[in-house]
Amino acid sequence: MAEAPLLSVKDLVVEFPTRRGLVLRAVDGVSFELRQGEVLGLVGESGAGKSITGAAVIGLLEPPGRIAGGEVRLKGERIDQLDRGAMRRVRGGRIGMVFQDPLTSLNPLYTVGQQLVETIQTHLPLSPAQARQRAVDLLVEVGIPAAERRIDSYPHEFSGGMRQRVIIALALAAEPELVIADEPTTALDVSVQAQVIAVLKRLCREKNMAIILITHDMGVIAELAHRVAVMYAGRIVEIGPVRDVVKAPRHPYTRGLMGSIPDPAAEADRLTQIPGAMPRLNAIPSGCAFNPRCASVLDRCRRERPSARVVGSSEVACWLDDEQLRRSDLQAVVAR
Amino acid sequence: MSDGRALLEVEGLRRVFDVSKPWLNRVIEGHRQQFLHAVDDVSFAIPAGRTFALVGESGSGKSTIARIIVGLIAPSAGTIRFDGADIARIKNPSEMRQIRRRFQMIFQDPYASLNPRMRVADIIAEPIRAFGLLGDTAAVQHRVGELLALVRLDPRDGLKYPHEFSGGQRQRVAIARALAGNPQFLVCDEPTSALDVSVQAQILNLMRDLQEQFGLTYLFISHNLAVVRHMASEVGVLYLGRLVEVATTHELFSAPRHPYTRMLLDAVPDLAMTGRVRTPVQGEIPSPIDRPQGCHFHPRCDVAKDRCRTEAPAARSIGAATVRCHTPLGA
Repeated sequence: MAEAPLLSVKDLVVEFPTRRGLVLRAVDGVSFELRQGEVLGLVGESGAGKSITGAAVIGLLEPPGRIAGGEVRLKGERIDQLDRGAMRRVRGGRIGMVFQDPLTSLNPLYTVGQQLVETIQTHLPLSPAQARQRAVDLLVEVGIPAAERRIDSYPHEFSGGMRQRVIIALALAAEPELVIADEPTTALDVSVQAQVIAVLKRLCREKNMAIILITHDMGVIAELAHRVAVMYAGRIVEIGPVRDVVKAPRHPYTRGLMGSIPDPAAEADRLTQIPGAMPRLNAIPSGCAFNPRCASVLDRCRRERPSARVVGSSEVACWLDDEQLRRSDLQAVVAR
Repeated sequence: MSDGRALLEVEGLRRVFDVSKPWLNRVIEGHRQQFLHAVDDVSFAIPAGRTFALVGESGSGKSTIARIIVGLIAPSAGTIRFDGADIARIKNPSEMRQIRRRFQMIFQDPYASLNPRMRVADIIAEPIRAFGLLGDTAAVQHRVGELLALVRLDPRDGLKYPHEFSGGQRQRVAIARALAGNPQFLVCDEPTSALDVSVQAQILNLMRDLQEQFGLTYLFISHNLAVVRHMASEVGVLYLGRLVEVATTHELFSAPRHPYTRMLLDAVPDLAMTGRVRTPVQGEIPSPIDRPQGCHFHPRCDVAKDRCRTEAPAARSIGAATVRCHTPLGA
């Protein structure tokens, strides 16, 4: 690629030292790139390391968590080693955030307007009146009706969906180039989720803004993302264009994951079932982390960890050869 | 499709909660009494051996209905007949115990529904002991082992405590406990919404296997339409306490009659990436305390007429479906 990517994460390792002297690796060698205006989905089940990856990128790892290796670059500049003050300017300024729970991310004691104005004035040199006008514009942009009036309301006066829109407005306050959205629709009802997805889609198109969309919901990924990275036990097992990953997954884990989702558009007799569960961080199997649950496991998978290689339009970390990965009837997981 | 006899019949079920401010505040501040109509004239029947699903968004009353049916909340009006017997009319405690044994509930949160201080074997044995189903300890132990194997856990797991299990395994324990009394009918309130998808698949498959094996009847409550489509033979759609549409699963998903049902189906993410044209969702769900007049859905409905604003539609049959709408789709 000629032009430098907006964000590049290379061999990111996040570790949590425990009191017993053990070090847990929550993220282990994650690499991906993001172009301007691109929506990258990070998908995985609980404990896959997707939220930790997002937190590491914006420097919000909770201690004792720390970046133990790799680098994060925003437009070519390293941001994983910035001091707190410089990171604060990046965060909120160049990278916005949307968290899962719309109630706890807003301060209940201040009006929505006060919180928006504060954020805007932190990052942009605007007068109070200008900042307030910008706050109203932002609320209009995320689709809040009667924004002029609603701006003086408190968070509890908004419904869940409207609160999530306010959070999105806050993330957009300083016109960031990148927004990290961690489960932005998980706490919402499906009809409200559809509305929030539509807002994110529109903003992404109009502002050419990139989004890292962290979610466990493949449906949301299919709606919103251009590319998707599937995570398992702190590693990316497959990354590629969303259509390919959703419709023709290669990695045995991705296949199992897709098969286990009930299809809202069809009746199926039985769901694919992956036996067992994601390993705990203190007991990640050697070799490929998925090997104990994989039906196509080879000897090599138990010994050596596969690195990502290009298969078609995707990258897959698996020891199976290309031909096996392309087969649609590959036995990914045992049916029961 | 309801060829079997109904195991559970619910008729005219209603539940009103008083959410008024305290009396003194009302007198001083001049507020009126306020009521929340959580369940409003809901009727449905579940044939034996089938799965009936209730879907709806937050505040639609689906969990309240589940709780009323298992007797955790008293209904304000309406009847619930289980196998022909009106549950509310049973006054004799021993008769009630007999009926009680035959229906059980599985709750949403497997972290909250298991006592952390009890061993799993004791949790599962509790219904057996409470109903006095088996006399001696050895027989109870044997039965617990059987139940654990039934939900694909190791019989030795009985010695462990709930915290030693993952969410999916805990939900298996909850299912084993529900099955301990050999029930015929299970009320499942969002049994998989706290679980990851691959674990959800394990639990849904298990629930279908058990249904086949024991001829169980399920009332399945969920907000996830894909899960409902996978599990249910018939579906009821709730909106602000009213059942707006009841139809077979196939019928409901292929030809929704109520505009709300269609909106809900259109809101489900398009996982198959078909790019089908969908109507965007209009407005927001109103507060259940202050529901719109007439048809509750009219402010968000694109085919609403004057009549919808004033007159609540009665339930009527269109084909095999029952719809509460003045202007049903495809009619």
